[in-house]
Amino acid sequence: MVKKDSGITFNLISHQKLEHYSSAEKLKYILNEVKEGRILVLEHGLTPTEQAQLIEHTMKEINHDTFIGIEIGGYENEKIGFFQRVFGVAKKPRMTVIGPAHLLRMVHKDNDMIETTIIPGKGAN
Amino acid sequence: MGLLERFRESRFSKMIFKIFGKNHAKIGIYGPPNVGKTTLANRILRDWTGDIMGSVSEVPHETRRAKWKNNIRIDNGGSSLTMDLVDTPGIATKIDFKEFMNMYGMTKDDSRVRAKEATEGVIEAIRWLDDIDGVVLVMDATQDPFTQVNVTIIGNLEARNLPILIAANKIDAENASPATLKSAFPQHPVIPISALTGYNTENLYSMMIKEFGKKRHKQRR
Repeated sequence: MVKKDSGITFNLISHQKLEHYSSAEKLKYILNEVKEGRILVLEHGLTPTEQAQLIEHTMKEINHDTFIGIEIGGYENEKIGFFQRVFGVAKKPRMTVIGPAHLLRMVHKDNDMIETTIIPGKGAN
Repeated sequence: MGLLERFRESRFSKMIFKIFGKNHAKIGIYGPPNVGKTTLANRILRDWTGDIMGSVSEVPHETRRAKWKNNIRIDNGGSSLTMDLVDTPGIATKIDFKEFMNMYGMTKDDSRVRAKEATEGVIEAIRWLDDIDGVVLVMDATQDPFTQVNVTIIGNLEARNLPILIAANKIDAENASPATLKSAFPQHPVIPISALTGYNTENLYSMMIKEFGKKRHKQRR
């Protein structure tokens, strides 16, 4: 985990980019990007099942000298109404930020705001 | 096989539980590291069986393998619940061995081993979600409740239609704020407790009997 010379990359990912991926492809893409040191902001986040799988995959990938895990924060899934539930409309995942834990720290999160910071000394020169 | 066991296995017994709900459930104690999961498991066991589940420590990830005890019967005078209680390792999204060295004075070798075991523990805890009937989600009432780990656990349980009780632990601490937890997760019962002192645990037991004894249709992934 060396100081990045090239600055920190934020990628804002549209929901169209990920919607054709299977869950496995999506998680692989996210984890590869984060391991490369990129911070991702997903327009549509992950389902709870995908989040749990992402944590599981992250644990398998942890290498104590190069990758200590991820920082992740997203809003709760959109609430759906009675009729949508009757017709089987699924809850939509909402915006989520994911980054490498050695670079990104969650400062505060509530229903309306996610505040993050880049860990001092790990970012751009 | 004893008479009681035979009754439990009988078709008649299964029919009764199908109609009126269950009185035997596998309950997982979940939460992030260092919120007091094992302290609560020890409290429950000490109150109802005189046993304990495992050791506790101020160093995070003390529980790195799931532990369980079967057939714990709790009652509140009127009704009862028999459960298999599973104490799971704390779920985290990152594990840095240097934290064990810098904050808790552990050696480098011990820290690396602990971190490695902790990653395996997180995976085990997540896999247990497939095999339980209900969860006591332990949160630290002195901390910000909006962590992604809490949100992820709750989301997974809601998707499976499993009952959740939130234990707002460490209520004995000066800066505890169970009201913050209640407003953060209004859709689930939040019970302020101190697993350490036993404060309000009778209320938790009553809620466990009420919530985990209900008839539900568990969704499988």
